[in-house]
Amino acid sequence: MSNSGTSLKTYALTRLALVVPMVLILLTLVFLLMRVAPGDPISAALGGHVPASVINQIRHQVGFDKPLYVQYGDYLWDIVRGNFGTTITDRRPVSSIIVENGGATLELTIAAGLVAITIGVVVGLLAGRYRDTWVDVGGRMFGIVAYAMPVFFLGFLAQLFFGVYLGWLPVSGQASPITQAFLPVHTHILFIDAIWARNWAALWDITRHLILPAMTLGIVIGGIFIRLVRVNVIRSLKDDYVEAARARGIGERSVVYHHAFRNALVPVVTVVGLQMALLLGGAILTEETFNWPGIGQTLVKYLENRDYVGVQGIIVVFALIVVFFSLVIDFVNAFIDPRIRY
Amino acid sequence: MAAVGAAARSSRRGFGSRLRKLWSPIAETQGLARVMLVAGAVITFFFVVLALFGRWIAPYGFSQYQAGGHRFPQLAPPSGAHLMGTTVESDDVLSRIVWGAQTELKVVVLALVFSLMLGVPLGLLSGYFGGVWDRGLVLVMDAFFAFPPLLLAIVIAFLLGSTVSSSVVTAAIAITVVYVPQYFRVVRNHVISLREETYVEAARALGARPFRIIHKYVFFNVVQNVPVIATLNAADAILLLAALGFLGYGVQPTEAAEWGYDVQRALSDATTGIWWTGLFPGLAIVILVTGITLLGEGLNETINPVLRKRRVVKVVFPGKGTGRVE
Repeated sequence: MSNSGTSLKTYALTRLALVVPMVLILLTLVFLLMRVAPGDPISAALGGHVPASVINQIRHQVGFDKPLYVQYGDYLWDIVRGNFGTTITDRRPVSSIIVENGGATLELTIAAGLVAITIGVVVGLLAGRYRDTWVDVGGRMFGIVAYAMPVFFLGFLAQLFFGVYLGWLPVSGQASPITQAFLPVHTHILFIDAIWARNWAALWDITRHLILPAMTLGIVIGGIFIRLVRVNVIRSLKDDYVEAARARGIGERSVVYHHAFRNALVPVVTVVGLQMALLLGGAILTEETFNWPGIGQTLVKYLENRDYVGVQGIIVVFALIVVFFSLVIDFVNAFIDPRIRY
Repeated sequence: MAAVGAAARSSRRGFGSRLRKLWSPIAETQGLARVMLVAGAVITFFFVVLALFGRWIAPYGFSQYQAGGHRFPQLAPPSGAHLMGTTVESDDVLSRIVWGAQTELKVVVLALVFSLMLGVPLGLLSGYFGGVWDRGLVLVMDAFFAFPPLLLAIVIAFLLGSTVSSSVVTAAIAITVVYVPQYFRVVRNHVISLREETYVEAARALGARPFRIIHKYVFFNVVQNVPVIATLNAADAILLLAALGFLGYGVQPTEAAEWGYDVQRALSDATTGIWWTGLFPGLAIVILVTGITLLGEGLNETINPVLRKRRVVKVVFPGKGTGRVE
């Protein structure tokens, strides 16, 4: 017992130490990508109407007039201090973008993640359990079509049907303007802010706005989970311990629910974590489709304005989020599975 | 005589038998795997035909808004004159679908060729020789791999947008950057396991040079995995291209028709209940991606021995049983 405790600790520390080079490489990659790009970022962002003196002044403020290695050092040091830069076009600190727009993205991704896990686990377990029956074929077809469905097209269909044809749900934004104007801001996650203020009318309004985007993104991501859960169920139903449980005369129901399903879900934890990158990518598209004021939509806005600092800052944050999640997933896995050790 | 015949046969055992060997697992498929394989192949073939002969199939050009001096109606619902209706720019939706097939095919083929040309050789060399270069490459590739694919593609397209004149090439490069690490990984890991195989060791003991070993013994074993990955990636690549187009960083509207861009334009139509401008390009994406995915999954179940289900022929030894082969 004490032995496994120490090795888990060793694993955690080693894994934590390995994050440093990973982050460093990612940050260097972003820096190189943004700097090898030809053209002058500042004049690209501000357009041709700004006098040269102003451009030079901003170039100096942003630090683009320094030698490349100094810029690189400054860039790393700033990130360590939690400063991701200030955008060129509207002079907004990236860190405040993360706080203000991050809430919307968080609300969307968490809701979508819950939808995806529910769909993926339920349909995947059933499809794996009843392999090669119509349940399986249906589940797999759903998985394949959901995978083939671009988020924005499903969003388009949902807007058309639930928003316009039936007129049930709003198709744009995170809340009605009136809700947004009167709801006191605490967390920037409107859903929580509404509960905080005990404003149930606002909560209802926010939930109605959330349904379509969250379902859209959740269904698409859920399609991927179905496949993974299904394959795992099939694999564990073939495993020796399932056979052994059957041989001991345990009822088929119990074998499936207590032995096979449980073990089938362990690797899913990893996979769900790996889909974080997909969820973030999907969030960008969903936010763009439903006019959702999250980080993704902000990123697209800065891309359109060719604001290098804004783009770079947001990408760095995305990269850090991905690394963070892969770390968490590895910890969770090491905790579940004693074989995962360095 | 027999020996001569055998020698002649073995010398002719080139392409034909290799092809038959490749084909045999496909012929042996059954059930769902076969359905998926055939359905996928049919759908994919249909779109390839659309792409290759689009010039003659499409009723109009991809951004043609008039014919014979008459401007097409704006946002006209599907009718005899325009089977899938028209857009706000008076473009014929059906024509845009047909021309779009060509764009998707062009970009995906370019991206596949680029990423195979980069990923496979890098993986072969890195896996076979190992060492510092291998470590470095793995780190860099992992960093690329860790990025959300869409984000990486957007950034690349954004950065190249102002320098590369053809947006088809820009989109292809953006997609390539996303997939190179995958091919690199798969090939490299496979090569590492092959490197220690007895036959490779034997070749090395006989004094074969590294390039000859890679070329003669390692390469063909490794590339067997590539078709499945490439097919599945092609489906993914189309989704990525559509997403780029949707965000405005894919193929530019002046250059070619692209379905993702069309859906983006159609979002504003949706609020007024106009469905045909978005439904058809969206469906085209879904059907093509489904087709390619089915093809890839079918291939996977055919080639991958873990998933493969063959018709099992029970062998009954003569004399003991009835001699019937079931």
